[in-house]
Amino acid sequence: MIRPDAPLLLDICDLHASVEDQPILKGVNLSIRAGEIHAVMGRNGSGKSTLSKVLAGHPAYTVTAGSVNYRGADLLELDPEQRARIGLFLGFQYPVEIPGVSNLEFLRVATNSRRAERGDEELDTFAFEDLVHERLKVVQMDPAFLGRSVNEGFSGGEKKRNEILQMALLEPLVAILDETDSGLDIDALRIVADGVNQLAGPENATLLITHYQRLLDLITPDYVHVMAAGRILRTGGKELALELERTGYDWVDLELARLEPETVEVA
Amino acid sequence: MSTATVGDLVSQPYKHGFVTDIETEKIAKGLSEDVVRLISSKKDEPDFLLQFRLRAYRQWLQTAEPDWAALGYPPIDYQNIIYYAAPKQQEKKASLDEVDPKLLETFDKLGIPLSEQKRLSNVAVDAVFDSVSIATTYKEKLAEHGVIFCSISEAVKEHPELIEAYLGTVVPSNDNYFAALNSAVFSDGSFVFIPKGVECPMELSTYFRINSADTGQFERTLIVAEEGASVSYLEGCTAPMFDTNQLHAAVVELVVLDDASIKYSTVQNWYAGDENGVGGIYNFVTKRGQCRGARSRISWTQVETGSAITWKYPSCVLQGADSVGEFYSVALTNNHQQADTGTKMIHVGPRTRSTIVSKGISAGHSSNSYRGLVQIGPKALGAKNYSQCDSMLIGDQAAANTYPYIRSQQPDAVVEHEASTCRISADQLFYLQSRGIGFEEAVSMMVSGFCRDVFNQLPMEFAAEADKLLALKLEGSVG
Ligand SMILES: Nc1ncnc2c1ncn2[C@@H]1O[C@H](COP(=O)(O)OP(=O)(O)O)[C@@H](O)[C@H]1O
Ligand SMILES: [Mg+2]
Repeated sequence: MIRPDAPLLLDICDLHASVEDQPILKGVNLSIRAGEIHAVMGRNGSGKSTLSKVLAGHPAYTVTAGSVNYRGADLLELDPEQRARIGLFLGFQYPVEIPGVSNLEFLRVATNSRRAERGDEELDTFAFEDLVHERLKVVQMDPAFLGRSVNEGFSGGEKKRNEILQMALLEPLVAILDETDSGLDIDALRIVADGVNQLAGPENATLLITHYQRLLDLITPDYVHVMAAGRILRTGGKELALELERTGYDWVDLELARLEPETVEVA
Repeated sequence: MSTATVGDLVSQPYKHGFVTDIETEKIAKGLSEDVVRLISSKKDEPDFLLQFRLRAYRQWLQTAEPDWAALGYPPIDYQNIIYYAAPKQQEKKASLDEVDPKLLETFDKLGIPLSEQKRLSNVAVDAVFDSVSIATTYKEKLAEHGVIFCSISEAVKEHPELIEAYLGTVVPSNDNYFAALNSAVFSDGSFVFIPKGVECPMELSTYFRINSADTGQFERTLIVAEEGASVSYLEGCTAPMFDTNQLHAAVVELVVLDDASIKYSTVQNWYAGDENGVGGIYNFVTKRGQCRGARSRISWTQVETGSAITWKYPSCVLQGADSVGEFYSVALTNNHQQADTGTKMIHVGPRTRSTIVSKGISAGHSSNSYRGLVQIGPKALGAKNYSQCDSMLIGDQAAANTYPYIRSQQPDAVVEHEASTCRISADQLFYLQSRGIGFEEAVSMMVSGFCRDVFNQLPMEFAAEADKLLALKLEGSVG
């Protein structure tokens, strides 16, 4: 939902970042207001996951220029845990397995760290069980998953649902979902999309990273951005995604060739 | 926040490194037959014990220091060590009120309050400072149940027949180099005797504190559980930070008769040396339990976090039919620490069973080896062993090794061994952090998760303590 007067949650300005001295992001600009749903699309390797990890504060990525403002604060100054506590959430493209750490305990500690930041009281194991069982319904997940180690032995779809469960518990203000749809069968896709739609509200915003129109059939974006070679090449409404579906990314190569003739080969 | 930072994180300053300023009686450095006689006479020992020591000393002279462990350290100069040091107070005190307040304060500071009002409820403590036991709590209450819990020196005086009957019967003085050395010069330690049919009404615990530099600590512990008796015993230890190495060579012997059980837990936190590997305790320990009776049970649980060098293989000799041996171990090494630790399960009797769960965590430049032997004798019909050895690496400079030896002379025995190695990855840490969990807590969550199977075996009072200790070792500046 676009409301020009809605508060600005995330403001990314000319963001440059590299990994192992290799520049990946080359000037990303993106503003997100409360209530909005944004989709970022683009070919593999265009820098979408890098953008999401830089925003979440992954230590492997170095910001070389630009700024990110999150609700008036300099996001890039903060540790990853602090970013999470103040309401930034990243749903990972590839959630890692953490053997030996109980999923339930992990979810409880995570939830409580966010609650503490908001001034809410800590939930003990009993109170948390009630909350988590209620939120499990959002993703139609079997409570048996709570008793296992974090993501250990989960199927691809189960991992993604566990991500959305975490989002449901942490109640972020800005949720970045990195290819949460990939690897899901149609039923799982619907469950995940329903979950995201339930959690989206006028106070928060969602940034969906995806390759596929099929997710955007279920979650209607307010804005669609096309990313290529570490920057956002074009921004439009939901019809831009449909156009991409029809025409593919060839025009992106042409546009890039115009911008950076030295780095792009045109077939 | 790459692995280098994880490295910083595990380099937490040692919190027990203070020295108590107290007048100490020490004998001259060096070891000889005269020194052995001197120690024995200082303790006013009966002749059988002097003879035991002298025999051990001669055996030690004829034994070579073991060199098969994956440990590297400069030669130890045995003539440059003090073999007896005791805080100056005339006699062992009848009441705690007479114990030097400095000593009480020391144990208070270590979290082991000995004075009446502050005592740990339901845990009796024997406090050993350098070479002597300074106090044992709850002795009278235990005596009402027929349980003997006192320092081994007192036991030699008050129950010589028990000492003579059991000392050296599980770990003979010629068992190995360090056991021979200990048998010759041991100064104090704990003695526990649980009579037939008695379930010890409280946890027993001995806390060892090395205080003097240049002093070796050679304690001797003997625990006997008669038919149907049971006890849970915990040992803790710390030392000041010196930039020299102190030798610690203990012997622990356990004897369990029919249907009896001993649960022996250790939280070892000797000083480990600094981040460059300077200083720290050399810990060469022989621990062995004998399940003499049918259906008897011995369970070793150890949490090893300290010492520059650890050489330690708490073992079970399963003689009685249907007897059970267990070994649960967490060994954490950091900086330049080296640990070569594991167990021996010797199956002698029929249907004997053993379980081994070993968790090694190596950080910094440390080296952490599991070395275990499962031996099944020809009469051990239907014997079973299950072993699980897991290693966790933190950073990329640390080493982990597993040396499982299996010798079976019993074709129908079942021996299972599982092993795994994992590494705390930057991506795992980032995942936890990105959910609002601080870096240190994230590391500690992963480490505690890894150790859970072992921590679950610790007596309840100490499980939280062990968790805290690991967290402490893993706490530090995040940068
Ligand atoms: N940790 C990393 N180390 C080295 N290269 C990386 C790393 N992360 C991303 N890259 C590189 O950055 C580019 C963008 O990757 P990524 O952000 O994952 O793209 P997308 O998510 O759009 O497929 C790719 O060329 C990829 O190989
Ligand atoms: Mg990606």
